[in-house]
Amino acid sequence: MVPIIKFEDVSFTYANAQRPALQNINLTINQGDWVAVIGHNGSGKSTFAKLINYLLVPSTGNITVAGVPVDMEHVNEVRDLVGMVFQNPDNQFVGATVADDVAFGLENRQVPRSEMLKIVPEALERVGMEQYASREPARLSGGQKQRVAIASVLAIEPKILILDEATSMLDPKGRREMIALVRELKASLGDDLTVLSITHDIDEAAQADQVVVINDGELVEVNAPEVVFANAQTLTDLGLAVPFAEQLKAKLAERGIAVPNTYQTTEGMVDWIWQLYSKK
Amino acid sequence: MNNLILGRYLPGDSWVHRLDARTKFILSMLFIFVIFLANNVYGYLLAAVFVMISILMTGLGFKVFFDGLKPLAMLMLITTFLQLFFIDTGQVLAQWWIFTVTTDGVVNSIIVFVRFMLIIMFTTILTLTTPPLEVADAMEALMQPLRKIGVPVAELALMVSIALRFVPTLMDEAQTIMNAQRARGVAFNEGGLIKRAKSYVPLLIPLFVNAIKRAIELGDAMEARGYRDGEQRTKFRALKFTQRDTVAAVAFVIFTVALFATRYI
Repeated sequence: MVPIIKFEDVSFTYANAQRPALQNINLTINQGDWVAVIGHNGSGKSTFAKLINYLLVPSTGNITVAGVPVDMEHVNEVRDLVGMVFQNPDNQFVGATVADDVAFGLENRQVPRSEMLKIVPEALERVGMEQYASREPARLSGGQKQRVAIASVLAIEPKILILDEATSMLDPKGRREMIALVRELKASLGDDLTVLSITHDIDEAAQADQVVVINDGELVEVNAPEVVFANAQTLTDLGLAVPFAEQLKAKLAERGIAVPNTYQTTEGMVDWIWQLYSKK
Repeated sequence: MNNLILGRYLPGDSWVHRLDARTKFILSMLFIFVIFLANNVYGYLLAAVFVMISILMTGLGFKVFFDGLKPLAMLMLITTFLQLFFIDTGQVLAQWWIFTVTTDGVVNSIIVFVRFMLIIMFTTILTLTTPPLEVADAMEALMQPLRKIGVPVAELALMVSIALRFVPTLMDEAQTIMNAQRARGVAFNEGGLIKRAKSYVPLLIPLFVNAIKRAIELGDAMEARGYRDGEQRTKFRALKFTQRDTVAAVAFVIFTVALFATRYI
């Protein structure tokens, strides 16, 4: 287990704000993990993401990414290590066409044009957008724009991919496709890619390696999803949704049916129900 | 509405479409000066023929070029009438109050009208056959020398390219807001001028607020992707001169020489 992101006693207060958006965060994220960060609206989870690549500067405390301190001096190095996909598909599309957008990060890093001509189509191929290279963003769906955003990140080969509610503006199909795409990329890159997904989608979080729960600027819990989601009551108290399988379990328990007391995925629940039924 | 701001680029694959944007830009600018070489009927005939051949080569037909004259029709007519009524040399044909129509006035107004029309039609070739982004690229390339005196050419070009990219996005948004406000009972395009102007306030305020929000988010996204202002960036899009551009330039030089020759007929 090699730590890749380290927060040491980090606090952050927005200018003109009374309360800190994040308070005394201590956290280590290991290389190669898929980490989901959950919390209700305004809990500070996007602030958390922006601190990692120096879009926001901590008021106190230190952050390191792959051993590199996140500060003014190392900002370019950090941004080479951390790629970020944001929520709104339109507001992160800089280029006039798909290919131009993927090239934007490379242009910033002064990659020669001859190399860009190789890297751009490769990156687009990995997200299945190679036929759209010369399309303008106005002629793409939200899901396609987010794929391009992922390709733009892949082009610079970062160690960490942060999805800052990247699926929240997509329709259910686009959302599933995008998560499937990131899973595929993660599978092919293995430990070379760490995924940090800031999300509202509880079912997506349930499939992560680790779940980080943030509430009102404080770190509430860091644990495996089985542990975090097993306690439906705590999640509801924090204003979070509970995965469907857990909701079902709670309802069954209310009716006096003995349910498994560990966390169950939807598939796990299906298996349990049919076994229960056939045992009768 | 789209046509108004983006120019009226019409996609195509003609010889003129495939010319380098810089060539088209430079030739359009030169034409404005070169046309003043014509000082008689032959000169204007030659220029008209040159413009006609150029238009034919775009494969877009004459109609779109005449359409291009419409927005400037008012300006053309006013200049023409000024020439017609206020030149007082030559033989007087008619006179009323401060207006005099003379032979010189008639001739001059015709010349101004024709010259205006040719210039507009020729420069329209650039906007009709070149995507706006390429025009921006061409301007960036041609403005390079200004960097020496501290003009941030690359930044300006990036601004133009982002502005062009966001035009359809903001148009869509304006449409959505308009529909939302209509659903709340705002009536656009009704009543007198002042009432109409006022009815656009509930459209413009949310549009501006959202545009600023977008700008902030885009700024974050650009920074996250390693953008630093004021630093040298490499370019992915490249303009390329080909043999076609040499041919176009030579043709233009021949035209200029021929036009000069008509002065001595």
